[in-house]
Amino acid sequence: MAQSAMVGSRIRERRVLAGIKQSDLAGRAGISPSYLNLIEHNRRRIGGKRLLQLAEALEVDPAWLSEGAEATLIAGLREAASIETTQPVELDRTEEFASRFPGWAGLLTETARRVEGLEQTVQALTDRLAHDPHLAASLHEVISMVTAIRSTASILADTKELQPEWRARFNRNINEDSRRLAEGAEDLVRYLEDAPDKEAEIRSPQDELHAFLAAHDYHFTALETEPDTVPQLIEDAPTLVTEAGRSLARDALGVYAQDAADLPLSVLDDAIAEHGLHPDQLLNQLGVGAGHLFRRLAGLPTARFGPVGLVMCDASGTLIYRKPLPGFDLPRAAGACTLWPLYQALAQPATPIRAMLVQTGRGQSQVQSYSLAEHVASVRFDEPVSSRAYMLLLPAPPGADADAARTVGTTCRVCPQEACRVRREPSILAKGF
Amino acid sequence: MNKKVLLIEDEPNIIEAVSFILSREGWEVKTHSNGHDAVDAVRKRDPDLVILDVMLPGKSGFEILQDIRADTAMADLPVLMLTARGQVKDREMAERFGVSRFMTKPFSNADVLDAVRDLVAP
Repeated sequence: MAQSAMVGSRIRERRVLAGIKQSDLAGRAGISPSYLNLIEHNRRRIGGKRLLQLAEALEVDPAWLSEGAEATLIAGLREAASIETTQPVELDRTEEFASRFPGWAGLLTETARRVEGLEQTVQALTDRLAHDPHLAASLHEVISMVTAIRSTASILADTKELQPEWRARFNRNINEDSRRLAEGAEDLVRYLEDAPDKEAEIRSPQDELHAFLAAHDYHFTALETEPDTVPQLIEDAPTLVTEAGRSLARDALGVYAQDAADLPLSVLDDAIAEHGLHPDQLLNQLGVGAGHLFRRLAGLPTARFGPVGLVMCDASGTLIYRKPLPGFDLPRAAGACTLWPLYQALAQPATPIRAMLVQTGRGQSQVQSYSLAEHVASVRFDEPVSSRAYMLLLPAPPGADADAARTVGTTCRVCPQEACRVRREPSILAKGF
Repeated sequence: MNKKVLLIEDEPNIIEAVSFILSREGWEVKTHSNGHDAVDAVRKRDPDLVILDVMLPGKSGFEILQDIRADTAMADLPVLMLTARGQVKDREMAERFGVSRFMTKPFSNADVLDAVRDLVAP
């Protein structure tokens, strides 16, 4: 279809958008409504003076009507169609598509560009991992030293009547190599720790949100009293780079401000002074929902109230809020450990679960967890109910019974618990180097 | 006469340990520790077996292996390759270039001795 053929559709779209009746526009442009109707349905070609009149009546640039704002859109669509695909594309109707569904066409164009950008990023990151010279060098060093030590140690252990000068020499070698191994391992750890900050990494909007929340230590003093500071907070955040990330942050801060208005810090502060950080007693005293209280506790300033962790998941089990507690790690992206009482709560909404937990792995501490799932909106019989589960994490009280703690993991990939009946995928820890 | 092995590896303490265990098994062990002229060293030493590290300074073990196989005089020379990267890709590449056997670091001394015995009958 020729480009000019869609002028009518654009006129109609513009008119409807401006809320002008067909007869009114016809009157303003000095044509009959039935003629305008034919034009709008692309049954009559117009140009020249008539087009100028209509453009003036619609208060748009005549060029917009004749060429359409979709000129760039069409270019974008052609670009998107050039991507290798098995899908047959109606290239001859590109213009019609752009004109009739500009929103969808825009989305398609944007998505295609985003896919291209992401493909490049993935490629770059894959290359970086495969050819990262520092990583390769560090690993090579560590493995070389391990190889030398293993071989030398087994000579020392297995060779009967090893001559003293050889024994001394191998001892010296092991000593030397173990020092280099320690340095190499340290170097590797340091590198892996620093790596995320070196360059922009792939981040999901959820990651952006959590980087933002973590940068504020999950507490927003301004929002406690001034809910309208949300836009400023978001604008000032260097970690929120995508619109999706900003949108998530906007929602999260909106909830925070609402929670704060409904349960002011001063009230919560008094209740905590009376009862301590005991969710049961606080719920009794304050008469708020558990989710509300948990969110407020997670937003307390750490310096005054000590650490409080909180995990929230939606009905699909996806973690939508992660505030870790020291000694209890939360996975960044992959699915969490199904043994968490969070998921037990999700399966039994409105049933509170208290459980002492300890995570597998080194250096983890016991934590006291309080889990509960709530319906997000009021129940309707014709719609699926959406639940949200919470797991509040507090440091275990001193003298807590270590044997009573339930052993849970972080996520399967980094969990050393081999005999686990709910393991979803093998651990990367077992393989070693 | 003792069988001769040429160990091409750049880590001195690995050289020392492997040389020690092979010598005790009755091998005459020669060593070479860089990639540049490794192929020349193989030609000059004329060993019964080459143990070749992949990560060498100057030239990679894969290139050296290709050079060895390209020389008709050494086309059948047993080559045991050592690498820290036990990835499938590396193994496939080494096999394509005609490696006789492949071993990943860290290895046990017994593994080395087994491999060497398999490749060259004492």
